[in-house]
Amino acid sequence: MEAASVRTAGTPTQARRSKGIPERRLAWLMVSPSLILIAIVAAYPILYAIWLSLHEYSVRVAGLSRWASPAGLGNYKKALSDPAWWSALEHTLIFTVASVTLEFGLGLGMALAMHAAFRGQGALRTVVLVPWAVLTVVTAIMWQTMFVSPYGFVNTVLGTQTVWLGSEPQALIVIILADVWKTTPFMALLILAGLQVIPGEVYEAAEVDGASTWQRFSRITLPLLMPAILVALIFRTLDALRIFDLPFVLTQGQNGTSTLSTISQETFATNRIYGLGSAMAVLTFIVVMIVSFSYIRFVGGNIRGLAED
Amino acid sequence: MEAGAATAPQAATRPRVKARKRRRDTNKTPWWMWLAVVAILVFCLFPFYWLVNISLKTGNDLQSSSLIPPNPTLKNYSDIFKNPDFTKALRNSAIVALTTTALALAVGSFCAYALARLKMKMKFLILGVVLSISTFPQIAIAAPLFKLWSDVGIFNTYIGLIIPYLTFALPLSIYILVSFFREIPKDLEEAALVDGATHFQAFRKVVVPLAAPGLATAGILTFIGAWNEFLLAVTLTSSSRARTVPAAIAFFTGATEHEIPYGSISAASVVISIPLIVMVLLFQKRIVAGLTAGAVKG
Repeated sequence: MEAASVRTAGTPTQARRSKGIPERRLAWLMVSPSLILIAIVAAYPILYAIWLSLHEYSVRVAGLSRWASPAGLGNYKKALSDPAWWSALEHTLIFTVASVTLEFGLGLGMALAMHAAFRGQGALRTVVLVPWAVLTVVTAIMWQTMFVSPYGFVNTVLGTQTVWLGSEPQALIVIILADVWKTTPFMALLILAGLQVIPGEVYEAAEVDGASTWQRFSRITLPLLMPAILVALIFRTLDALRIFDLPFVLTQGQNGTSTLSTISQETFATNRIYGLGSAMAVLTFIVVMIVSFSYIRFVGGNIRGLAED
Repeated sequence: MEAGAATAPQAATRPRVKARKRRRDTNKTPWWMWLAVVAILVFCLFPFYWLVNISLKTGNDLQSSSLIPPNPTLKNYSDIFKNPDFTKALRNSAIVALTTTALALAVGSFCAYALARLKMKMKFLILGVVLSISTFPQIAIAAPLFKLWSDVGIFNTYIGLIIPYLTFALPLSIYILVSFFREIPKDLEEAALVDGATHFQAFRKVVVPLAAPGLATAGILTFIGAWNEFLLAVTLTSSSRARTVPAAIAFFTGATEHEIPYGSISAASVVISIPLIVMVLLFQKRIVAGLTAGAVKG
């Protein structure tokens, strides 16, 4: 109220110029703590990882480091000629494609159902958030208690004797299922948010024009949902490529479940081969960056929209 | 109910959504709709129910794979609270997650305000850098820090976890706060500026109080992220001194398959999920708003 009356006294632009530190300098002052912190906590370690990856390094020759020949790329050559690394890449890609596809299909269905359920939508949203809020480690333990005999019920129900976490490809399937359970809700909520901003008039107009339910879905809902769907797919894909928790707890990366992250972590943390482990970490980083750059072409506009107006 | 979806960006469409809902309300709900709702409930809740079910069993009951514990008991729960590794890990988790959240909010809110409101060059670049950090695989940070932290002597300490946690906590809170700050009406700030306040005073006295819901949302999501974090927790700790609860639980399972104490592991899992489930029950609307912030802008 007061705001309105005061504003007539002087234009905002005048006020902006009058007081305190100049706006642009203030902006940099406010941004810089975050940027400095990010440089320290993210950029520096990654550069150090690259440095380590170019050196031979192991506990046996404590402290001694020298260039990994040839031309410092020895560790990368070693990783890329190791079949174990390639199967880790394969498991990671299978996991990513399978889990993201299933999560998208189920998430879309869940979002449409939640959108149509006019009563108790808030309660449904709360329930859907439960898997999202459960820790990944707890998710792993939960699925372990369902699949491992004699504690679990899965073999009892199916009448099988499968050692789920001890065989290929069953172990990877359990990991995919656990991930689908945990993250489908996230997908559903993002898509639901996209559904809720589609104006109702669009559907009313289509209904008047005699469009069938399927036509309304495929011609109106899906195209208008595309931005929300793309963002959800990107978030999930980048996350899936980094998968570590589920295989670490469920199988320790055994039985066809090693991933880019688990194989690297095992190499530098368990076996203490810093150079090779760092090279594997950098390779993971490169794989993720390639995927994100190809995605950013789709959502670049979205980030720009947030930064500007 | 619908207010939950009314995050600021959606507020404008709210009346329309309501109108459509009311119209549909007069139709009869098709049977498959209820089926879908029941399917969602079972999908989301059954696995957690199973975990609770296991946590209430002891001895031979554990091997019965029965859907209801034959002799429900809280023994597993009283056992884990007598385990010093677990109680210490709970404390470690609380300290690490709360400190990370506080730091990320304090530093991130300045950055977010400048990006949302002040005139400056290279905003797009800065936001792009911040966001791309959040897509970094943690493994690329864990590998060098594993060595670096031992060299500097902060391996297996709180600070050794909090610093790398900021790599995901800061981008997350900045991203959420930018979208909240942008929704605050400019008039109020301008009025403060006209009254002689500096930009910084306007931020502190006008914007921050108005953005309290946004700060809460960013705080909740950051806390959950830090509470949940596993790769760094496993890699950068080696004992109960700094080990957080997810890492501690994972090491319960280290023994051979026959000896895994599923009863107490399940009980511990339920216990550490409770803070998060309580948060979901209390703040469902804020969490959904935070998760979808920015995601629905075309």
